[in-house]
Amino acid sequence: MSSQALIDAFTEMREAEALKITNELLEQGTEPLEILETCKEALEIIGQRFENGTAFIPELIMAGEMMGQITDRVRPHIEQEAQEKKLGKVLMGTVSGDIHDIGKEVVIFMLEANGFEVIDLGVDVSPETFVEQIGETQPDVVGLSGLLTLAFGTMKETVDAIREAGLRDQVKVMIGGAPVDEHVQGYTGADAWGKDAMEAVALARQWTGGQS
Amino acid sequence: MTTTQTSKGFETRALRINDAIQLKKPDRVPIFPWFHLFPARYAGITYEEAFYDLDRWLDANEKTILDYDPDLYTQPGAPIAAAGAAHEALDNRQIKWPGHGVGPNRSFQFVEGEYMKADEYDEFLNDPSDWTIRKYLPRIYGALEGLSHIPPIKSLLAGYAGAGIVGVLAIPPVAAALNALNEAAQVSLRWNMAYAQFEQKMNGLGYPAFSAAVALAPYDLISDMLRGMRGTMVDMYRCPDKLLEAIAQVLPIQIGGAIGQAQMSGNPRIFIPLHRGADGFMSNEQFETFYWPTLKALILALIDAGLTPCPFFEGGYDQRLEYLQELPPGKVMGMFDRSDLFKVKEALGDVMCIAGGMPISLLQAGTPDQVRAHTRHMIETIGQDGGFIMSSSSVLDEADVELVRVWVEATKEYGAY
Repeated sequence: MSSQALIDAFTEMREAEALKITNELLEQGTEPLEILETCKEALEIIGQRFENGTAFIPELIMAGEMMGQITDRVRPHIEQEAQEKKLGKVLMGTVSGDIHDIGKEVVIFMLEANGFEVIDLGVDVSPETFVEQIGETQPDVVGLSGLLTLAFGTMKETVDAIREAGLRDQVKVMIGGAPVDEHVQGYTGADAWGKDAMEAVALARQWTGGQS
Repeated sequence: MTTTQTSKGFETRALRINDAIQLKKPDRVPIFPWFHLFPARYAGITYEEAFYDLDRWLDANEKTILDYDPDLYTQPGAPIAAAGAAHEALDNRQIKWPGHGVGPNRSFQFVEGEYMKADEYDEFLNDPSDWTIRKYLPRIYGALEGLSHIPPIKSLLAGYAGAGIVGVLAIPPVAAALNALNEAAQVSLRWNMAYAQFEQKMNGLGYPAFSAAVALAPYDLISDMLRGMRGTMVDMYRCPDKLLEAIAQVLPIQIGGAIGQAQMSGNPRIFIPLHRGADGFMSNEQFETFYWPTLKALILALIDAGLTPCPFFEGGYDQRLEYLQELPPGKVMGMFDRSDLFKVKEALGDVMCIAGGMPISLLQAGTPDQVRAHTRHMIETIGQDGGFIMSSSSVLDEADVELVRVWVEATKEYGAY
């Protein structure tokens, strides 16, 4: 069994086969970290497909499912976790009053597939929590997500709270979510808005000195 | 259908709307502000009060309708789902509502979840009613947990000899569930009757209501209400045949439900809020397999029954317009959110009435001049040949009171044909 076979099964969403190949690779004595590296390559391919419109949310969800199962299978065999260099750190959350997470999950998937470290604060995150977590985790970028129109108000409150805490110059703030557009960006005082996960990645790259 | 007491104003507005739906030019572009919870803020009550204080909520709606003078209004029942007291009696776990899980001035929000497990497809397919009563209701309503104790419903198929089986209904958890149901039913009946009276009154004052019934795309029913988005999307790979069977199973349920509600109310418009079919959620190939065939069948069946399907294309549908071209002309009111309306007009101008045009962001964060200019631009482009209803891209819950007024007035000013 080869790594390429795993990549093929993974990217073609053949879940059972991907797991079977993983087991065979382990039995053959393949380094567990190498298997995870292979899966990361597969995730990157799926991320690229998402970006050019040939993969969609079902594939991202299945990729996450397969990655989780393979990691669970492989992890007991790992002696030392690899330290990898991340492009930058992004703090993500759905703002106060809103409990929608699909858009945020997709953005997180794409950021991680593109080499960013992401800290996910979950949904209905208060401005105070964002401020506290910025102090604690020192992110480069803060991503505010929201689906409901009430999120415009709480996005603004969050940006205001970051400013009042004296942290506004330390982070770039991007906002996104179905009803968000340039009017909302102006209203909230965020640095930029993105219409989809690819724009979020481009913004994060631009702000952390990477190429967009 | 029930006969309703209407007025000249009602006839004028209904004709204006119907002309637009039939792709004709009415006297002017109709205006349909998607009020939803906006009346609460406009009248100075909290969203929580809207859920709990029937009289004040209806007064708020009446004031909003009379002051803004729209061609269609959204019924006060729409943003509530049921009275707060009914949600409480049932211990509704599928939503958080104002004052219960979200703040007093937040709209209700759906709690996404796997309310049907992956291994329950066969049970659901074999006997959906039994599964609904004994598995589903106890899961989504905390107060109905007792229903999980009753025997299979079909065990009552025992003639006179089965009379004793009903004894099970008196065991404490079941009795508690029945009491909770009764309590929720009493509250809901009172609210529903008041809604019906409200609609009669508005008809008399000249204002037609948007719709009286909701239907879901069969895929959305399974995805939203049963398996969750994650669940259905995984099922598309792990058990596509079961998922397709379940989707086919709920199609006639959606059709029958919508036709029944429309007959009771006399309102022909059926609201179909679409969720997972939007661009970006799935590929066109997946849309063609899992989403579109039963959505199309639903829309066609409603048209056959003499009704007007009003799908809300939430998000963007720019990649799906070709499918929508398969629908018969002049029968559908398509409500658009973030689709490119110019592309929509080009692809569907001869197919369906386009409702939309005003981004909610502009009504929340724009200026009066921007709103006026955008309204005029939409009327002069998308609306120029008729078949257009001016509406907002989403609900007006958080919209600015003054900007909404500017928008409605600008539509009337620039909208004359």
